[in-house]
Amino acid sequence: MIFDRVCVTKGSRRILSEISLSLTEKRIGVIGENGSGKSTFLRLFNGLQKPTSGTIRAEGWGDDLRRHVGFVFQNPDNQIVYPMVEEDLAFGLKSRKLSKAEIQTRIDEVLETLSIAHLRARLTHQLSGGEKQMVALAGVLVTRPDLIVFDEPTTLLDLPNKLRFMDMLAALPQPAVMVSHDLELLMGFDRILHIEGGTVFADGTPSEVIPAYRDRCLARAKG
Amino acid sequence: MLSDLYIPGASALHRMRPAWKLALLFLYCTALFVVSHSLMLGLGLLLIALGYGIAGLRPRHAFDAVRPALYVLVIIFAAQLWLEDLAMAAFVTLRLIALLMAAALVTYTTKASEFTDGILALLSRAPKWLPKDKIALAISLVWRFIPMIRDQFEEVREAQRARGIERSLLALVAPLVVRVLKSADEIAEAIEARSLD
Repeated sequence: MIFDRVCVTKGSRRILSEISLSLTEKRIGVIGENGSGKSTFLRLFNGLQKPTSGTIRAEGWGDDLRRHVGFVFQNPDNQIVYPMVEEDLAFGLKSRKLSKAEIQTRIDEVLETLSIAHLRARLTHQLSGGEKQMVALAGVLVTRPDLIVFDEPTTLLDLPNKLRFMDMLAALPQPAVMVSHDLELLMGFDRILHIEGGTVFADGTPSEVIPAYRDRCLARAKG
Repeated sequence: MLSDLYIPGASALHRMRPAWKLALLFLYCTALFVVSHSLMLGLGLLLIALGYGIAGLRPRHAFDAVRPALYVLVIIFAAQLWLEDLAMAAFVTLRLIALLMAAALVTYTTKASEFTDGILALLSRAPKWLPKDKIALAISLVWRFIPMIRDQFEEVREAQRARGIERSLLALVAPLVVRVLKSADEIAEAIEARSLD
């Protein structure tokens, strides 16, 4: 994906300034303090946020980014739309005008892939936090996106569920971009973008960017 | 009652088309009101009990359907007792209970997506400018929102109790409204992200 001089302003406030990037790595992490602009940056990927100026493009995708990019939100409670797991997984597919048979096949496949077939007929509000996050992810994977963006997906997970999530992430064939405050999780990524003040403050491998970011945060915390 | 959710099952009632269930519910309610006779009410209550049995539901589910309206039922019973007599108070209250249980039986045995499809079918001849999908989605979201708001209500109540605030309506409602509005924004964004329309 290529970002070419992308800016986002809201009213008189500039959220992102002149971001130019070429993203080709399979696992890209995005770090930054609260209010740095990283969530807005993430929302640019599937068109939830339109750039005020500049362009975002990916070869062969045309203008319809949403068809190609899946979005996993921080809180699965707010991502799950229907009260039953199977119904919720069908939601994103119905707007793609697929046949009932195709929808069923895809649901079976994604439930199997994530080993959550036993949740098929469960009511979503009765699931545990980890199960909800898996269902939210299944709702994205079932649309077969070419790229998946994650907005702090492990924040609400306990350790066993976080470890399960990391295993699942490692097995995903698609490229992924993830905003996270979990620096340990991001150490295994290919590239890290540190967003600060609406710009890319640092860009490199985890070993280059994360220790410097940690030192910077520590220095700020100590005043 | 919309506060009652779908309860998974494979009974004949679960398999029945939502449109049929809604039509039967309409007929049932109309019959109970038009024929104001205790025999009719007895038959109505018997039918409902039969319906719950067929659907594999328990007495607890029937009680859950009535519980949110208990205060209202008590008020109606007292008013009828004061204005009429015990027989009329019992008749009116039992009839309302039968209606609540019947409505709940429909929601207990119908998936939200089936309601969505049913609403879309009903709107199939509506004018083109009408956002049919959005209307159907908005109605089906009620199923998703109610348990969520109920959970948030419990969390807020617990948090206020922990602070020693037991009986303040404002302390309960204000944070709940803020949370619900925030969730609504985030759900709207998620719907936008997940669908192509």
